[in-house]
Amino acid sequence: MAFKEIDLNMGPQHPSTHGVLRLKLAVDNEVVLRVEPVLGYLHRGMEKLWENLTYTQVVPLTDRLDYLASLSNNLGYVLAVENLAGIEVPKRAQYIRVVLAELQRQASHLAWLGFMANDIGAMSILLYGFEAREDILDIFEEYCGARLTVHGIRIGGVVHDLDAALVPRIRTVLKAIPKRLRDIRALLDENRIWKGRTVGVGLITAGDAVGYGLTGPALRASGVAWDMRKDIPYSSYGDFAFDVPLGENGDVYDRYLVRLEEICQSIRIVGQALDGLPSGEFSSKVPRTLKIPPGEVFHTIEAPKGVLGFYVKSNGTDKPERVKMKSPSFINLQSLEHMCKGNLFSDVVGILGSLDIVLGEIDK
Amino acid sequence: MPGTTADRPELRRTSEALAGRFADALLSSVVEKGELAVRLRKDDLAAVLHFLKDELGFNALEDIIVLDNLCAAGEGRPRFSVLYQLCRFPGAVRVRLAVEVGENDAVASAFPVYRSADWAEREAFDMFGVRFEGHPGLRRIYMPDDFEGHPLRKDFPLAGRDGGV
Amino acid sequence: MSKAFEKAPFLLAKADAFITWAQKNSLWPFGSGLACCAIEMIATAAARYDIARFGMELFRASPRQADLFIVAGTVTNKMAPVIRRLWEQMPDPKWSLAMGNCAIGGGPFPTYSVLQGVDKVIPVDVYVAGCPPTPQGLIHGLMILQKKIALSHPTKEILDPDARHNR
Repeated sequence: MAFKEIDLNMGPQHPSTHGVLRLKLAVDNEVVLRVEPVLGYLHRGMEKLWENLTYTQVVPLTDRLDYLASLSNNLGYVLAVENLAGIEVPKRAQYIRVVLAELQRQASHLAWLGFMANDIGAMSILLYGFEAREDILDIFEEYCGARLTVHGIRIGGVVHDLDAALVPRIRTVLKAIPKRLRDIRALLDENRIWKGRTVGVGLITAGDAVGYGLTGPALRASGVAWDMRKDIPYSSYGDFAFDVPLGENGDVYDRYLVRLEEICQSIRIVGQALDGLPSGEFSSKVPRTLKIPPGEVFHTIEAPKGVLGFYVKSNGTDKPERVKMKSPSFINLQSLEHMCKGNLFSDVVGILGSLDIVLGEIDK
Repeated sequence: MPGTTADRPELRRTSEALAGRFADALLSSVVEKGELAVRLRKDDLAAVLHFLKDELGFNALEDIIVLDNLCAAGEGRPRFSVLYQLCRFPGAVRVRLAVEVGENDAVASAFPVYRSADWAEREAFDMFGVRFEGHPGLRRIYMPDDFEGHPLRKDFPLAGRDGGV
Repeated sequence: MSKAFEKAPFLLAKADAFITWAQKNSLWPFGSGLACCAIEMIATAAARYDIARFGMELFRASPRQADLFIVAGTVTNKMAPVIRRLWEQMPDPKWSLAMGNCAIGGGPFPTYSVLQGVDKVIPVDVYVAGCPPTPQGLIHGLMILQKKIALSHPTKEILDPDARHNR
């Protein structure tokens, strides 16, 4: 066949781009030559807005960044502010934060699983994944009233104490999730079509992944053991025993396996946190108008999508001078072209799904 | 959270290695809050980045942050501070480099050293107007190509200038 | 021909009732999922809140095949012309639902890049408030839209095409 380069436009309105992402593809018959993502269709000017709000008012807006994992964004920002202001968080609050953040990680991975499977064609998994996720969202709703943009982690601690009646409900949910995962894995793990579309697709070696700045499960699937919860434990993560799953080949199938295993490890962490929940305050006393003397700090956490970082600079007033968010999906998306080159263009959807991006976080 | 605020010996070693090689290039070097913050002249940036990556093993450029010093710029200080957040994994040892760039000046691009600088520098250009020499394709990333102005500058109004669509 | 039918308002009313009954019970949403509200929209379509009971489970990816434009999420200035083009690509009869505070009036983002309300570029039939609205809230909005459709007069638009613009 003669070489013929065709330009294809994917998005910004597309069912499989996980939001308003535009991809300009150049393909040779069916093989992808170049991928150029065009961003900015969800740029809401968050960083500029944060400079005009107080430190406390910024927290609910961080929910809207990675909207599949709001509590993780809250945690990343409040940890940076507490670091900067020198606020000590009580041990009980730290454990409750771990419970909330890990439940949020499970909910985020279940949503990712549903979307990725739906994109590749396994539509039932979308419904299975979302049904499993609804149990966790019920817990959040009972805890503080919101399902999606939860705003449950505040500066100084958490918004409410963990009710004694809520703990057995969380344990029931933790017992139910592995059963649902077994169902899903029975459908997908050894499925010939699933493996045909994911094994060997979207390969990236460990060296390239590190070079592109990839973080999170996508990096760990290439065999690189970086996890902020182990490297610089924050919020008492050092008290819990858990493994960090690693992949071998760095293809879509490995990224799928790594995230499923992360859900199981996350269940372990929540169980340990509930077992060892100390007594005490659920929040330290933070003044209503929090004024922080001049300084700057950069703090990172392990969000479900990768390493989420917040740089906060204070100038002595009650509003931050600058808040910059290091977005894991933004950096992960840069490696999309590398992963897609040489693959068929119908694999672009699977590879994009395996990267687990959220446009709210990319576009800020 | 004692782990993140305590002094760490790896940071002192890094600080000493930098001071040993680039004694006159460093304007200041401070270890606080678990991070090493180094200020240097923008002409020395490329050499320091190469040194940190190739010899000290800082394999990740996590973020490029730009600060608009409009309030302080009147006193003769350049308008922008560009911060480079570097990290060495495993172990998560962090270094933050700070260079100062004037409004119509350019700074050397970090792309030849760290590929993850690609979009971070485009974002800095889009939001502040800082130019990076040696970047393979410096253009806007969030705002439409025909947008005028740089939104995150302190003198750009929050609600925008032209009322939007 | 329209003159003849004007003498038979009973027939027209019966035809209206039949057509609106069919329309409101088989709306095909064009899910323009832009931001956080999109996740709640998908949760509404999922197994627990089950939008299929209303006949709306068929989310179309192409605007040419859809008749309900659910704008779920923040509309930015960069995305606004795209939304307008998608709306114009949808064939008549079509309705639109602004889901969430961002689509209604910019939400919590009074910034340089956010369109303060999608009704600046497309006409909106129902506004569902919330940040994000819960699935129950979205279903409530959809039921209000169904009531609105039940009160409309499609035969008037069929017989007199210019009336379409005054809906």
